[in-house]
Amino acid sequence: MARTRFPADAGLTSRMLGTMFLLGLLYVVFVAVLIALLKSWILVVVIAGGFLFVQYFFSDRIALTAMRGREVTPEQAPELHQMVDRLCALADMPKPKVAISDADMPNAFATGRNQQHAVLCVTNGILRRLSPPELEAVLSHELSHVAHRDVAVMTIASFLGILAGLVVRSSIYAGAWGGGGWGRSNDRDNNAGAVILLVILASAVVYALSFLLTRLLSRYRELSADRAGAILIGRPSLLASALVKITGEMGRIPTRDLRAAEPLNAFFFAPAAAPGFSFSTLFATHPPLERRLEQLERLEAQLGRPA
Amino acid sequence: MKFLDALLGRSKPTQPKLDALFGVTGAAITLEASAGMKPTGQAAVCFKPASGQGFAAASEELQGLLELAVKEAGSSVRVTDDRYGYRWVVIEDPDMEDLVTSAHLVNSTLEQYGFGPQLLCSVFAFADPSGKRFHLVYLYKRGTFYPFAPLDGERRDNELELRVKATLDGDLPIEPELGRWFALWGLPLG
Repeated sequence: MARTRFPADAGLTSRMLGTMFLLGLLYVVFVAVLIALLKSWILVVVIAGGFLFVQYFFSDRIALTAMRGREVTPEQAPELHQMVDRLCALADMPKPKVAISDADMPNAFATGRNQQHAVLCVTNGILRRLSPPELEAVLSHELSHVAHRDVAVMTIASFLGILAGLVVRSSIYAGAWGGGGWGRSNDRDNNAGAVILLVILASAVVYALSFLLTRLLSRYRELSADRAGAILIGRPSLLASALVKITGEMGRIPTRDLRAAEPLNAFFFAPAAAPGFSFSTLFATHPPLERRLEQLERLEAQLGRPA
Repeated sequence: MKFLDALLGRSKPTQPKLDALFGVTGAAITLEASAGMKPTGQAAVCFKPASGQGFAAASEELQGLLELAVKEAGSSVRVTDDRYGYRWVVIEDPDMEDLVTSAHLVNSTLEQYGFGPQLLCSVFAFADPSGKRFHLVYLYKRGTFYPFAPLDGERRDNELELRVKATLDGDLPIEPELGRWFALWGLPLG
């Protein structure tokens, strides 16, 4: 039967499962607390659901607009299209739209809720700085994000955080206006104040926890995409050299450009971090460079083993 | 299981479908009988070389096997790398069946070594009665064929491609999604 040279990375899978489980657990507990404490929790869920919906269905356009990317035809960027064409045929997936952003920052991102609505965007900076094989490695990393449906997974995973943040904010407003809170309880008894305080507290805790967990999940998704991308082109070291080149370049880019791009980090190939501003490992959307290189090295070693 | 794989971010490399490739011999007969389109006796297998000793060993064995097969069938073979980093094994033999057998040798050797997912496509060259060249491209991951008729200046003769598709419908599994009929510019076939 068909063989593959790469054994499944059980460790990565189980760590990701663990993170998802914790997120799910947090979800359930949070919703239970909301139901217990608030009468009009439906409103909260509807508003947050609206956010989720917009983010889910328009993620491709939101990200493209934010990065000022424009879609290019095969005539405008023949080489890029050929690369994507071939990679898609290798991976057996439909071809995403291809876009180029004028940003000088060397980066690439893929977005869109599923394979049929995916957009692959590269910046002019990355086109100039990487050799064609390295660019191909980056593209295969991004295509793996599409194949893993990372936008959908991460949007849903971050839903809880949005919800909790919303509750904190609206509860504080409700408290500040002295309205006694949500919906029906208009009488200003002490009880309502205590409930609001509790809601704020619970939401804040949930927000912090879900924030950490989604970041953790995002790092695992990056490692997965690295792995799948490297396996797709069969040359893990190419991806490693692209990573080294890009993260090295990222440090030399003017800070202003980077700050504008930071909110988009989750989609990027390598995170845009302003120099001097160090993300602690817990908050990073991407795993540290060493961790990514180490994984690629391991894959390269697996390729080196004789059959 | 596809949903679970996406959820866990562990897409597996797609294995090639090799069986449908043999249909091309029958298709060649159909093309000649009903449209006067003849094979030019050239074919090529395209794959993405991987790094490492494992792939080097596979290549070496493949080279040896190919030389043997070529000597036996009286055909010729050459290997070139294109500018996108793909390797092409180009086989020339007037007999369609020998072409397919040689192409399959490449497939099965790579697969045996666990490099099946590296296979991109194989290409069979044809010419229509007026001498216009076109190619039947076999997509390993889909198990389907599509025609590709390049013109000068990186344009495609879509009319000829659709004519070939109409002729072959039913004979061969033709790729239904036109979006996947991607162009292969700079084919190393004559």
